[in-house]
Amino acid sequence: MSGITRRRFIQIGGSLVAAGAVPAAGLWPKIGYTADTVHLGLLHSLTGTIAIAEAALVDAEKMAIDEINAAGGVLGRKIEPIVEDGASDWPTFAEKAKKLLQRDKVPAIIGCYTSASRKAVLPVLSQSKGLLYYPTYYEGQEQDKHVIYTSQEATQSVIAAIEWLAKEKGKTFFLVGSDYIYPRTCNKIAKPTIARVGGKVLGEEYAPLGHTEFSSIISKIKAAKPDCIYSTVVGGSNVAFYKQLKAAGLDGTKQVLLSTVVSENEIDGIGKDNAVGYYACMGYFQSIKSPTNDRFVKALKAKYGQERVVGDPMECAYNSVYLWKMACERAKSFDVDKVIAASSELEFEAPEGKIKIHKTNHHVWKKVRIGRARADGQFDIVHESGMIEPNPFPKL
Amino acid sequence: MSFDIAVTQLFNGVSLFTILLLMALGLAIVFGLMGVINMAHGELMALGAYTTYLTAKFFEEHMPSLMNVYLFFAIALAFGVTFVFGYVLERGFIRWFYNRPLDTLLATWGLSLVLQQTYRSVFGAQEVSVPLATWLSGAWTVSEGIQLPLNRIFIIGLTALVAAGVYLILHKTRLGLRARAVTQNRAMSSAVGIDTNRVDALTFALGSGLAGIAGSVFTMIGSTNPGTGQLYIVDSFIVVVFGGVASLIGTVFSGFAIAQAQTTLEYLMSGSMAKVSILLLVIVVLYFRPNGLFAPKMRS
Repeated sequence: MSGITRRRFIQIGGSLVAAGAVPAAGLWPKIGYTADTVHLGLLHSLTGTIAIAEAALVDAEKMAIDEINAAGGVLGRKIEPIVEDGASDWPTFAEKAKKLLQRDKVPAIIGCYTSASRKAVLPVLSQSKGLLYYPTYYEGQEQDKHVIYTSQEATQSVIAAIEWLAKEKGKTFFLVGSDYIYPRTCNKIAKPTIARVGGKVLGEEYAPLGHTEFSSIISKIKAAKPDCIYSTVVGGSNVAFYKQLKAAGLDGTKQVLLSTVVSENEIDGIGKDNAVGYYACMGYFQSIKSPTNDRFVKALKAKYGQERVVGDPMECAYNSVYLWKMACERAKSFDVDKVIAASSELEFEAPEGKIKIHKTNHHVWKKVRIGRARADGQFDIVHESGMIEPNPFPKL
Repeated sequence: MSFDIAVTQLFNGVSLFTILLLMALGLAIVFGLMGVINMAHGELMALGAYTTYLTAKFFEEHMPSLMNVYLFFAIALAFGVTFVFGYVLERGFIRWFYNRPLDTLLATWGLSLVLQQTYRSVFGAQEVSVPLATWLSGAWTVSEGIQLPLNRIFIIGLTALVAAGVYLILHKTRLGLRARAVTQNRAMSSAVGIDTNRVDALTFALGSGLAGIAGSVFTMIGSTNPGTGQLYIVDSFIVVVFGGVASLIGTVFSGFAIAQAQTTLEYLMSGSMAKVSILLLVIVVLYFRPNGLFAPKMRS
């Protein structure tokens, strides 16, 4: 091997430049909207562990887009979705958000599911002056200029649920969760709330994500004999947790258990028999009786199959598209700052009933409901609150 | 800790032990005896679980009267399907990688990704749920405070049966004799007329079939989704390595030690801390006994 000759240098250098030019041509910025179309970014995990819960959100968003397009689009333009896969991987979320904002120049993104993915996208949003609609219930403690949070935050789930349980079911609590940010933050909020309503925490346990062996935790629950279990166990672990609770004799007829994460979508996987009788606290249930919801559920089943169920995050994802569309129309522009300003106190007649974006804090006024799981995988709504003001930083 | 809880915890330990053993037996044969690092072993378990799911579906629709016994068909079918799949896999894929441990690692890991994505495309990303036969749900109430779940008792019984079966196959049949001979000295076995290729394929298929049984059983206690296999594979490797590669007895003891330690620690501290303690224990033991608890004596 001799050194690099001039000819070889030119050969290699030339091919590198040529190779670089190919993707660069694709990187050339496109324009986010034209006279008759506007792009909208949809950024969710379609693969990886979180896809179980998150992939269905894209279906709901696409349905909203189709409806809006059929009704004439937004500001006279048809919405064209650009779907990107975050792959359950937080750096990928940031990278794809950057691609959507800088290359595709989308005026808004609807996306993310876990808090970790949202936190990864935040710096990209502020750098590129983007706008994100975040359609999942989460633990609160955040209010970003570039994000509209369209689902429940902690006051609208944890606090509402604990207050209801203490009033209706009993004052001693056992807290069980998966070991990551959402359950730990929820329990941090739950504990002072339980103290405030005069209750007592008998135990607090975390299982590693994906854990399937709950026998020891169940032994501890049996020893403590709590009136209520508050569960923030997520994902596949729920299947094991519910099956093992039932096998240990703590099924829904004998033990009060309330979860703020198990919606109709999760029950599908947990198995209807295993979840019967347990409670969930959500903004939306498929069983809500209203003409708007009937239409929504019917349209979704017609589009994606009769056996499909709709859970809270899907409905919030659907609402997000409409909230963005209405804000654009109110602002008469796709400009991010103008759309955010126009979002203040925007009202929408959603499948869950009227919702309203808060005047200043980017979260949503909404009703909170508590449902009890039936044998068919749907929920009987046993409690419905009034409109609750969102407060991402509750005083504890 | 009251008496009731102590008994329940002891039972939980035994139950976890049988579950770990069921997972690790297949791996102990494939990895322990043959030395093939099969990263797709977890996906073979998932294949068994999905076979069980399909069987349950079939019985639900065509023979609802037999729903109470479908599990026996499902377990047999899961074994059959994964056995055949393992056989084909060994003949068409694994055998090209013998004596290349690093390549095997990468190739089977790639295979596991392909299989996961296949499950996702066929069955969807959502978890699927397998109904439990009525005689298996519920618990045996020994006393007021002690309730032993029936499905776990069933798993304990089944594992005993499977373990005994594996022992008999390896120590009392011609195939077992040949498999052990090939494990100990391939060249010599070949020289005395053993068809080592055939033995390899059958041994690998047997290991895969055991993974299928394990997957089928897991549908009774846990979840089934495309990534299910990943949850179990790490634990299985730990059990096999801790017990000593190439020692089935070692696998049994290591499974028992890990299971009892884990349930006890989980009761005394949090789940995550218990896991950390177990891993520390394994690391310390492997530091002093690099070949595991029950390493066979070898002439160096």
